[in-house]
Amino acid sequence: MSTVPAIELKGISKAFGPVQANKDISISVQPGTIHGIIGENGAGKSTLMSILYGFYKADAGEIFIRGQRTQIPDSQAAIAAGIGMVFQHFKLVENFTVLENIILGAEDGALLAPSLAKARTQLKNLAEEYELNVDPDARIETLSVGYQQRVEILKALYRQADILILDEPTGVLTPSEADQLFRILGRLREEGKTIILITHKLREIMEITDTVSVMRRGEMTATVKTSETSPEHLAELMVGRKVLLRVDKKPAQPGAPVLQVENLRVTDNKGVERVKGISLEVRAGEILGIAGVAGNGQSELLEVLGGYQTGTGTIRMNGEEIDLTGKDSDGQSRRRRGIAHVPEDRQKEGLIMDFHAWENTAFGYHTRGGAYSKGLLMDNAAIREDTQAKMDRFDVRPPNPKLAAKNFSGGNQQKIVLAREIERNPDLLLIGQPTRGVDIGAIEFIHQQIVALRDQGKAILLVSVELDEIMSLSDRIAVMFDGHIMGERLPSETNEKDLGLLMAGITESAA
Amino acid sequence: MDKMPAWADVLLVPLVSLILAAVLSALVILGIGENPLEALNYMIQGALGSTYGWGYTLYYATNFIFTGLAVAVAFHASMFNIGGEGQATLGGLGVALVCLALPWPHWTLALPAAIIGGALFGAAWAAIPAYLQAKRGSHIVITTIMFNYIAFALIIYLLNNGLKPVGQMESSTAKFPEGAHLPTLHDMLAVIGIPFSKAPPVNISLFLALAACYGVWLLLWRTPLGFEIRAFGKSEPAGKYAGISPTKIIMIVMLISGGLAGLMAINTVMGEAERLVNNSVQNAGFIGIAVALMGRSHPLGIILAGLLFGFLVQGGAELAFWTSIPTELIVVIQALVILFTGALDNMVRMPIEAVFTRRRLAQAGRAENTPRTPGNSPPPTTAAE
Repeated sequence: MSTVPAIELKGISKAFGPVQANKDISISVQPGTIHGIIGENGAGKSTLMSILYGFYKADAGEIFIRGQRTQIPDSQAAIAAGIGMVFQHFKLVENFTVLENIILGAEDGALLAPSLAKARTQLKNLAEEYELNVDPDARIETLSVGYQQRVEILKALYRQADILILDEPTGVLTPSEADQLFRILGRLREEGKTIILITHKLREIMEITDTVSVMRRGEMTATVKTSETSPEHLAELMVGRKVLLRVDKKPAQPGAPVLQVENLRVTDNKGVERVKGISLEVRAGEILGIAGVAGNGQSELLEVLGGYQTGTGTIRMNGEEIDLTGKDSDGQSRRRRGIAHVPEDRQKEGLIMDFHAWENTAFGYHTRGGAYSKGLLMDNAAIREDTQAKMDRFDVRPPNPKLAAKNFSGGNQQKIVLAREIERNPDLLLIGQPTRGVDIGAIEFIHQQIVALRDQGKAILLVSVELDEIMSLSDRIAVMFDGHIMGERLPSETNEKDLGLLMAGITESAA
Repeated sequence: MDKMPAWADVLLVPLVSLILAAVLSALVILGIGENPLEALNYMIQGALGSTYGWGYTLYYATNFIFTGLAVAVAFHASMFNIGGEGQATLGGLGVALVCLALPWPHWTLALPAAIIGGALFGAAWAAIPAYLQAKRGSHIVITTIMFNYIAFALIIYLLNNGLKPVGQMESSTAKFPEGAHLPTLHDMLAVIGIPFSKAPPVNISLFLALAACYGVWLLLWRTPLGFEIRAFGKSEPAGKYAGISPTKIIMIVMLISGGLAGLMAINTVMGEAERLVNNSVQNAGFIGIAVALMGRSHPLGIILAGLLFGFLVQGGAELAFWTSIPTELIVVIQALVILFTGALDNMVRMPIEAVFTRRRLAQAGRAENTPRTPGNSPPPTTAAE
């Protein structure tokens, strides 16, 4: 450890309003290593990296790059200091080629041609050196997500970065794409690059990092060698208490069918058929899990069931057919039928981020004649009171109904949505990506709530891209690929490999 | 909870913007060789120094409150209604038709009817762009601004072809019947013995405007419809999830917005001119945008901003009357206020926010050094383990 650290942060603090996102953080990253930063959503990981990349200015603290004290007022300075960043959401121009994206912002001279030629040769060298093969003339929109990420990495390397920061890089990748990414990262480490990997997934930390720092509530709680720790120990450091990583549940006791879907077809606004004639059934007291890589029609399935997308086919709720296109097809009429919906994107759909928590508790159930209305007006006092009670029952922190939704962490936001939907006592709960962007401590709680609802004899349709979640929660698993259901499995009689094949659209029909 | 206390958001930021606008205006006045302090004195004396000045200030403020509310309601649904000018013009037509339709025996009968007429015509004028937006996706900013010009042309045509009494030179309608004349503030205050200048046209519409403010507040923050309007304005996907129909919200909001703009005609057409003349709106529709921006789309803020712009219009008129400062410069001063309070809002807001953040951090720092209270220690581990 006698070498000069590639990056050293000393006493970094940053506050956003009353939220102390980073509190006196010090960290030292050795060159040629992969350093993981793990923590729950809202722990301050991204803020810290944004400070390092010049997006935010720290309120206090110092940054040393290779032993030199460095000021990073903007991302230009970060690039000049040899820092490259790969964002969770790529910053690529979709209809430009790979080459054009790589020189974007790093063109030299008024004419493009010399820059492009130079980039082409350099790109070839980089590709050979790091085994990062991408067709330089392919347009970004034609590339898979995994390849787009490579372009982001190449962009950083082209700018001579020798410190790479990756923010939740596997969030959008399939399991095999994630493996490929880790191989690339390993290769970069061999070539002496320093890598900072920000993630909330324990498995990734264990798999690839040399050292890991744990953040909790804006503070750096520990930095340990990965070889000397365990997932359980890291989880405990992240949450501040022991965490159950498995879901405890009794066998299901399925009752009468609640939801019956037959030959459902959905065409999206662009005229593309996203759901291609699927049939399924969910019974009272069971959880049907829909597995699949994102974008294979699961979202559209939820939207039709939730009443804000039209479709053809028949859907029966407790034996009665539901209107799929007419006047009776909207969120309100679905709620009246006993369908509650925790949408996939809680920040865009499930919540109004600028509204107070209490307003969000009424959201969707705000109509006249409901529990929250008093004559022509809304009974705001009753809503606030009810919200307070829900927050206590669902352990929402901070338990303040007057705080805007955007001021809660992802897990607590999800608890607000969940409390609203579950406590309506629905016959059927639609729940999409229940723990996306949710901290480990809250995942445990949310899973328990879902299982408890099932045990009360409710039907639950779960859509998730997290295979672990599907495997541990579902009583039956259906796999969607390209708008079709490829097959159904019992969790006890399947494994990740089997499901993975179905997710890729491969069935053993011949066998 | 947010970046700074509410009072700073609502009062301090506009105040600082205003001071900046005033400083710049002072420099402009200095530049043409006049004394800015003297100019300010003329404005204050002219607008607020007498009940005569107050009367005009309040009269203008009434207009701006109506048009400001119109813009604000649409803002809450994330729509930019620039058509206040045209909607108020049509509102004038509605008011005039109602007032001329019957030999009204008393204003208490004429006023409710005129309110319906003005609101209905204003709403109808907003309904067409609203429908085009909701069903055809034609952008409301473009269509409402085009409808302003159609409204101007329509009124000129109607005034000269049908509405103008035979033999009259001026292109205006006949004077409204005596029973359609609204009581002025002078009349009303005389009842309780308070003297008020007889000259200014401020009238009972002022109280109608204040009632409209209360109504808008009630609608937006106390009714399920207002909840849907605000939710739709913040997030359309969330609105869809909750079962809020975009078409319904766009139509209803624009009808309310147009109706409020149309109500402005009660003040100008019925209260002041007592007949419909050409260009009865006089830019109040556009100033309403600045009023809504400055008032942060809240009825209380709109009352304050409406008063400020009433002051600027009346004070500016006095300034032009008493000094050699040309009226064009008065427009420049008004524009500076709009620029600073509306367009450059963030320029002032961000440094003020930073000051508050630093102060709170310093306080938090002090709190850190004191012994920890149970309140800010980490939560205890659960007993369930």
